[in-house]
Amino acid sequence: MVRTMPRSKTSKPGTLARREAVATLLRHREGMLVVTGLGSPTYDVHAAGDRDDNFYLWGAMGGAALVGLGLAQAQPDKRVLVITGDGEQLMAFGSLATIAVASPRNLTIVVIDNHHFGETGMQMSHTGHGIDLAEVAASCGFAATATLRTRVEIDKVAKILAKPAEGPCLYVVKVAAENPPRSLPSRDAVFVKNRFRAHLGFPAG
Amino acid sequence: MERYLSIVYFLEKDPVQGVADMVNAKAARSAVGTANKWASDVYRVLKAANVRQMSYVPDAGHTTLINLFSADPDVVSDVLTTEEEGVAISVGAWLGGQRSVLLLQSSGVGNCINMLSLPVIGRFPLLMLVTMRGEWAEFNPWQVPMGRATQSTLEAIGVRVMRADAPGDLAETVEAAAALAYEADQQIAVLIGQRLLGKKKW
Repeated sequence: MVRTMPRSKTSKPGTLARREAVATLLRHREGMLVVTGLGSPTYDVHAAGDRDDNFYLWGAMGGAALVGLGLAQAQPDKRVLVITGDGEQLMAFGSLATIAVASPRNLTIVVIDNHHFGETGMQMSHTGHGIDLAEVAASCGFAATATLRTRVEIDKVAKILAKPAEGPCLYVVKVAAENPPRSLPSRDAVFVKNRFRAHLGFPAG
Repeated sequence: MERYLSIVYFLEKDPVQGVADMVNAKAARSAVGTANKWASDVYRVLKAANVRQMSYVPDAGHTTLINLFSADPDVVSDVLTTEEEGVAISVGAWLGGQRSVLLLQSSGVGNCINMLSLPVIGRFPLLMLVTMRGEWAEFNPWQVPMGRATQSTLEAIGVRVMRADAPGDLAETVEAAAALAYEADQQIAVLIGQRLLGKKKW
């Protein structure tokens, strides 16, 4: 027996195709540095085009937003975009408090929210049960938060992602629960790290 | 004058107890002085190593170091909700070209284990300064199991452990650890022995 909360409007499942949603999001990325959370968001970003300024996580669940924070603090003149899933961000629930307190002006988190743990058999996640990550981020004091359900809404946000902001931003993109064919980046973290650092002008290591 | 007044204060309370309190107060001042000394030495070593980010879950033993970093305009300090966050922040900092340090207590090492996969598999420099509990004059039995497991769990995931038990050794140990981390791409935890930290006042 799984208990359910009263379903809120944010627990209405999304209908967007995730690959299209992520590709739309990245269309105006300009010089943004991108960090991806393990599982589908890593595949989605890779499918949109492998680039030196992408850092993909294949594990370390709960780490994506905070890798983004460390990077944003080290590169205050660049914008950092973390693209992760609802399950990955739920494991880092406390990170929203840490990031809000740190208050970087150049960090945006996008949660690709299919309401499920897609990699492990599509068990429903807390967002499917009504937990609203955009509201949590807003309560923590993020500068901008929203839940996006259409391509037009994503396109509108995509155009402002690379622009300066007053503080950290978090957008939830509701997508359909589906597993498109995997699009796998290199699983060699040392290679991806060195490629990323070289893009910023740092030596290997 | 201040010293005279404090003697009067101790003796007025109760002459016998007053003398004992004076001795304890002296010991306490000496402990604080020692803590400030090793902490400022470690701070100087980490500044010389060009550490630009510091993250922490507080521990009483780290108080001085946390205060020194937090007051430093050239270092970004982040308070964490759980220690594993600091492991991920360190990785992000290095991706962006900065060195960072994570301050935590031994109990927090247990919270970090899976996140340590990331610096280990990506060969990211990682420097953790771990204040030990549960091993020397510990009064809280709940600190003992994780204190006992700290070194072996770190080593099990692939983090190299160094250790200092005397205040005079700590700065040098941190200096060596910083070189191993930032220049040889190693993942290092420096355990700061509870004996060095002194008995927690309760």
